[in-house]
Amino acid sequence: MSGGITLDALAVGYRAGRRRPPRTVLAGVHARAAAGELTVLVGPNGTGKSTLLHTVAGLLPPLAGTVSLDGADLAALPPAERARRLAVVLTERVEPGLLSVEELVALGRHPHTGPTGALRDVDRKVVAAAVNAAGAGHLAGRRVAELSDGERQRVLVARALAQEPTVLLLDEPTAFLDVSARVGLLGLLRRLARDDGLCVLVSTHDLEQALRVADRVWLLDRAGALHAGPPEALVADGVVGEVFEAQGLAFDPAAGAFTVRPATGGTPVAVVAPEPEAALVARLLSREGWAVVQEDAVATVTRTELGRFTAVDGEGTAVEAMGWAELASWARRAGPDCSKATFTQ
Amino acid sequence: MTRRRFIVLVTGAVTVVLFVLAVALGPVSVPPVDTVRVLAGADPSDPRWSVLIGTVRLPRALTAALAGAALGVAGALVQTLFRNPLADPYVLGVSSGAGLGVALSLAAVGGVSFADGFVGTGRLGAVGAAALGAAAVLGLVLVLARWVRSVVTLLVVGVMVGSVTTAVVSLVLVWSDPRIAQQFVVWGLGSVDGTSRADLAVLAPVVAAGLAVAVLSVKPLNALLLGEAHARSVGVPVRRLRAVVVVAVALLAGGVTAFCGPIAFVGIAVPHLARLLVDTSDHRVLLPVTALVGAAVVLACTVAGHPPGTETVVPLNVVTSLVGAPVVIAVLLRSRRFAVAVS
Repeated sequence: MSGGITLDALAVGYRAGRRRPPRTVLAGVHARAAAGELTVLVGPNGTGKSTLLHTVAGLLPPLAGTVSLDGADLAALPPAERARRLAVVLTERVEPGLLSVEELVALGRHPHTGPTGALRDVDRKVVAAAVNAAGAGHLAGRRVAELSDGERQRVLVARALAQEPTVLLLDEPTAFLDVSARVGLLGLLRRLARDDGLCVLVSTHDLEQALRVADRVWLLDRAGALHAGPPEALVADGVVGEVFEAQGLAFDPAAGAFTVRPATGGTPVAVVAPEPEAALVARLLSREGWAVVQEDAVATVTRTELGRFTAVDGEGTAVEAMGWAELASWARRAGPDCSKATFTQ
Repeated sequence: MTRRRFIVLVTGAVTVVLFVLAVALGPVSVPPVDTVRVLAGADPSDPRWSVLIGTVRLPRALTAALAGAALGVAGALVQTLFRNPLADPYVLGVSSGAGLGVALSLAAVGGVSFADGFVGTGRLGAVGAAALGAAAVLGLVLVLARWVRSVVTLLVVGVMVGSVTTAVVSLVLVWSDPRIAQQFVVWGLGSVDGTSRADLAVLAPVVAAGLAVAVLSVKPLNALLLGEAHARSVGVPVRRLRAVVVVAVALLAGGVTAFCGPIAFVGIAVPHLARLLVDTSDHRVLLPVTALVGAAVVLACTVAGHPPGTETVVPLNVVTSLVGAPVVIAVLLRSRRFAVAVS
């Protein structure tokens, strides 16, 4: 069996004390995350992503079952040996004090250094390589407290890499990042899995991004079951839609993204415009409770020139030369009574 | 690196100068040359100097240096353990425990022959009682720590135990002779004056042991800078580390408090000064520098507390707080780095 993480009949949760029964969050979990692959753990809030990840990291003892790391039982590994194989980036708020980027990354050498923690030349080389591999080379010499959230996350990834692990676990690393930093970080993790053969397991809220970059998805549903597989398989099976769809929110398998469900019972309206304005106008109108249709429309919105629209409502009253803002207020004013338009499941 | 080494050397030199000053200055000032001679083991121009220095000034200066180093390092340890810049060595109830011991012993001695007070055997009794009291309270906190999950809870437990102990001290003082309360107040002002060579023979090894325990934990303490979960993820046994730090603080702060009374302000401020000085949170650098800065600060306060040429003695805590606190505030406010200088 090749490297990576294997969960076997794993139950995770919290022990409440000697006398009280433990609080089980998930039970009977079977899954595998392979070396050289990026595995993404997704699921709605409160389904136990973080608990599962902490258990896989060995920070929380499993209530039952085993976590194997490259074939070895995690619970049986001494902490120092575990730390040489598995590194984590946690959501715990890091107070870096006066630490510089290199000093913080060098803390990752902890399981490799002697009792004083003094760095040898080889340790310095590994630290420098880790900083570069995490795309934080340009941050060298800076103080961690001065960095942005995205830069900090890269430094924490570098710290984990400095442990020279075979398995890298990250708990919600993209939580506080903007879109470009999020895409950048997930891309980095994917490269680390591909190029360095690491087994990377990352939990995230960002489902759309996860489906785009993951090799394998672990999807936790609200009932506490874990569905594992390539993202496309989970989407095709309809599992993703089932778990995440909510009031007024639909999962579009073709786009791999969520869309707002159109309201039913809205006034039918036709849009005459080239793309991308047609799509934008349609979005604006459906937000206001209109039903955008191809045929049998009672109202029409036409693009006359760039950014200018003419609208004809149900009574035949036309308003001309509106910009985006005027169009939006027209849609509100002339549109169907919003209280009557219902968002449906 | 060279800048850091330079700063450490300068701090060391300042500490040595302050040590010599603390030995030389007092109601009777010993000429600097004679001071150095006596310290080097040579004969001074006036034989009285050797006696004065040997019995009073040297033990006082050594006590000041030891107390400063111990409290500074203990402060750095608890600030890292609790990840709280306001933590000081007394957050775990050391000073209130020692206070309880002293109050009880004063009340007991006072019942028999109050005249003895702190003098002679009474003093040794007070030291022993303070040590016992501090050890009892810390032992209690340590036992409670076994059940405590989060370090914040441990902090609150320490403060609560300290508060209960202080309440008991107040009861003891209210129910006993007012003169005992007065003596207790004097003890609470802190002092490095009374230590004899025999006292030092106990205090020095205790502080040395505490410093040794601290030095042995620099590596896990560094790992703790990123929080307990990260520390555990790199293999640090966090609960054991907690116990080790509490033991080190017990030796350092408990030992000093037993002999000198509670010394305010040093434990909380010195680690911050040291961090600003060497510009790092790395304990391998921070702890030695903290020890040096702590020694220098208490030595300076001792010099200031015994103005040359007068018999006046300003109580140590008055000097540390009255002079030291504004200085530290000024330093911290001037430093832009303080924004990130916590923990």
